[in-house]
Amino acid sequence: MTILLFVEQVLNGLQFGVMLFLMAAGLTLVFGVMGLINLAHGSLYMVGAFAAAAVAGWTGSFGLALIAALAAAAAAGALIELVVIRRLYARDHLDQVLATFALILILSEGTRWVFGSFPLYLDVPVYLSGPVTLPGGIQYPLYRLAIIAVGLAVAAALFALIAKTRLGIQIRAGEADREMIAALGVDISKLYTAVFALGAALAGLAGALVGAIQSVQVGMGEPVLILAFVVVVIGGIGSIKGAFVGALLVGMTDTLGGVLLPQVFGLVMAPSEAAALGASLSSMSIYILMAAVLVVRPSGLFGAAA
Amino acid sequence: MKRERAINAAVVLAMLVVPLWAWMADEPFILTLATKVAILALAGVGLNIALGLGGLVSFGHAAFFGIGGYAMGILASHVQSYTPLMEWPLLIEGSKSMPVIWVVAMMASGLAALVIGALSLRTSGVYFIMITLAFGQMLYYFAISWSAYGGEDGLSIYVRNGFPGLNTLDPVQFLLLCYAVLGVVLFGAARLARSPFGLALSAARQSAARVETVGIAPYRVRLVAFAISGAVTGLAGALYADLNRFVSPTMFSWHTSGEIMVFVILGGVARLFGPVAGAALYILLEHLLGGVSDYWQIWLGLLLLAVVLFARGGLIGTLAGREVAHD
Repeated sequence: MTILLFVEQVLNGLQFGVMLFLMAAGLTLVFGVMGLINLAHGSLYMVGAFAAAAVAGWTGSFGLALIAALAAAAAAGALIELVVIRRLYARDHLDQVLATFALILILSEGTRWVFGSFPLYLDVPVYLSGPVTLPGGIQYPLYRLAIIAVGLAVAAALFALIAKTRLGIQIRAGEADREMIAALGVDISKLYTAVFALGAALAGLAGALVGAIQSVQVGMGEPVLILAFVVVVIGGIGSIKGAFVGALLVGMTDTLGGVLLPQVFGLVMAPSEAAALGASLSSMSIYILMAAVLVVRPSGLFGAAA
Repeated sequence: MKRERAINAAVVLAMLVVPLWAWMADEPFILTLATKVAILALAGVGLNIALGLGGLVSFGHAAFFGIGGYAMGILASHVQSYTPLMEWPLLIEGSKSMPVIWVVAMMASGLAALVIGALSLRTSGVYFIMITLAFGQMLYYFAISWSAYGGEDGLSIYVRNGFPGLNTLDPVQFLLLCYAVLGVVLFGAARLARSPFGLALSAARQSAARVETVGIAPYRVRLVAFAISGAVTGLAGALYADLNRFVSPTMFSWHTSGEIMVFVILGGVARLFGPVAGAALYILLEHLLGGVSDYWQIWLGLLLLAVVLFARGGLIGTLAGREVAHD
């Protein structure tokens, strides 16, 4: 394995990790502030991707498509919060799991109803297509670099939002003590809707950005949702910093594991066996990572002790 | 209490009358549906031991369902291909006999539940939900990449496995066999709930600290319950594989975990007949709504949502009142 290939894979891992962070940030915020476990987060990712594909199809503009993704996912998130989710805050996790599982069925089948079963395609815009040459002579797709940049920018903005703004203060206070900030006169139900819509918008953005690399189809959110849960749990529920570290860890493990493990096994066994064993272990690797983290630290890397 | 008993009796009656009618009207498809209900109910009864009695929200019971299925698939495929399962250090042959397959399925899934439980029970709450989900996904991806046993395509078994003295290819006999297994397990589950062990498990759900002060370790009680729960779901997996004569990684997918959970909750958590009522209702809806609209899952989703939001306690809970059985 050459160093060039390795750097390329690290960049792929970084890109995947940054996307996972956009998903995981919303999940962990919603859990931290409202104590809600939301399985339907992957559906918001899907809504964002479909909105982007539809708008790009009508207008041909990628920028408008991204705005549509943000708006559609945020609107869908706010609507879901107002109609369903806010009835679930006082319920136990079992009810939340079941109700949001039901939301997945409704949103997935609803999208299939509107857009049909065939995947849509979202094209990478011309000004972002093609490879660029990085220092050291590495050829890397410009679009993936752009995703990394957007992801890191959003992460920085989110950190600033949480640390510096009034909304951020309310979010942090909501995590610490819900009753207290309600007593201090913050309109808690508006705060909850805002946080939920914010998380939904981030998921929708991730869906639209990834939709240009993969196809846009019903059910695309579910594998990502599970990975985002792994990220949130590894990082510690409720912690944005944990979600960031966890997302990069999972993104790297997933990408590098798929490339490196078959090669490592190739040193000691026949190539075909090594490829098979490496492939199976690498797809299991992030779950092994998660189990290992939870066994050592039952509330995640940055989670408050339970 | 009396009302719950009457509802249970009605569920049993419906489970008997519908197949009887299907048998007389010569509707083999309905018989297959009834068999499916019995098997899925069995999986739910398994989950209900952990979820209902123990309060352990496992989102990874597909793992045990799948292990049971693959136990059947692996044993039967070796007979099908005339190869031994293992030659060294001792010769192990495959098997086409249901009792052997059931024992292997229950042991394998029970053991897996013991290991997964031992690690997962160190956590609680959402972390427990997520770690069980992760273990389920781990096995899902393992099954996909396990090319020796079909990988992504799964394994087809051409002839249903045999049971001594029965012709399992006859839908009626296979249905009755599944009913018998479900009946035995339901009886066992009822006994378990009333046994000192079951009471300790229930108590650990309500107040772990109090259980500890009387000298019972909640962790151990929960672990044993989780293993029993996994073994029962594994048995259901073996039967389900035999019903379809096919196993595939889908049995391990998180959708399967979700569905098993839906059976329990739709019927009523911690109710003995909850999973039976839930599985029957689910399959009935799937069948009826599937005939009306291609997008039947929207309606299923709306119904589930309504149950969670407005009919807490599921079908049996709503009909029999909120109180959980005290006996």
